[in-house]
Amino acid sequence: MSKLHWEDFKQGAVAVYGPRLVTREEIVAFAAEFDPQPMHLDEAAAVNTLLGGLGASGWHSCCLLMRMIADGFILNSTSMGSPGIDEVKWLKPLRPGMSIRLRSTVLETRASGKRPEMGLAKFLVEIIDDNDAVLTNLTTTLMFGRRHPGAAA
Amino acid sequence: MKYFDDLRLGDLVMTGQHTFHADEIKAFARRFDPQPFHVDEEAAANSHFGALCASGWHTAAAWMRLLVDHRRAVEEDMRARGEPMAGSGPALGLRDLKWLKPVYVGDAINYKSEITELRMSGSRLTHGLMTILTTGVNQNGAPVISFYSTTFVERRPA
Repeated sequence: MSKLHWEDFKQGAVAVYGPRLVTREEIVAFAAEFDPQPMHLDEAAAVNTLLGGLGASGWHSCCLLMRMIADGFILNSTSMGSPGIDEVKWLKPLRPGMSIRLRSTVLETRASGKRPEMGLAKFLVEIIDDNDAVLTNLTTTLMFGRRHPGAAA
Repeated sequence: MKYFDDLRLGDLVMTGQHTFHADEIKAFARRFDPQPFHVDEEAAANSHFGALCASGWHTAAAWMRLLVDHRRAVEEDMRARGEPMAGSGPALGLRDLKWLKPVYVGDAINYKSEITELRMSGSRLTHGLMTILTTGVNQNGAPVISFYSTTFVERRPA
């Protein structure tokens, strides 16, 4: 199968990836390594925080999102990385045992002004739970190689 | 940490350094961001990055660990002095995260975070919202990451 190039990402296109079960073990393991706050490590301590119970680090949610879009389409693309993230909102806790899906929407695409071999696509990526509630949303620009470098977009 | 009421704009919330080694760059990327330029030296050499580099999420997560470690050390000192401590977190989100330059094998990133905004929480009378600007600079003085993040911090009990 040929790789997805920048030209293949169309404004308004929506894709859904998952489901992906998130276990207590991986939530605690991520937190122990990168974000060892009690609300991410220990149920009893987490109850007394604003999280109201054990929940994943927001960075863990972002990393799971990254892995799911990688498996979903980035690894099968001409990805050239990302210059950054416009915004992340951690709206609801990601709890142990939740099954999450991603909903990815292409917001806009544009050719790179500086690099004729590259194009950019802005995405809204949402982590959604079993009840279609949005847990996290993230807006980011991804860079892709072009099938036809420098051609009119 | 300090109560929200005792925080001031411009306060330095943390500083810390992390050096990114090849093994951890690849181990992180295999779990969360297995793009060729983050997991394979040869593929990375042939990519536009030119060499193996860390996932941007790794650069961010390494900061989070330094922040938690820094806060823990500060809180141990406060506890030793018998000072009351405010609870903090979770974060509401972040914005304007920029991966300004790749983080290559062996790069030592110096992070710092300072307070840029303090406002009351609309939903939690017991907490305020602290926004910090975090920057990471490599050993050559070049910025590699910056972002704003916003977190709940407990207010001094009335």
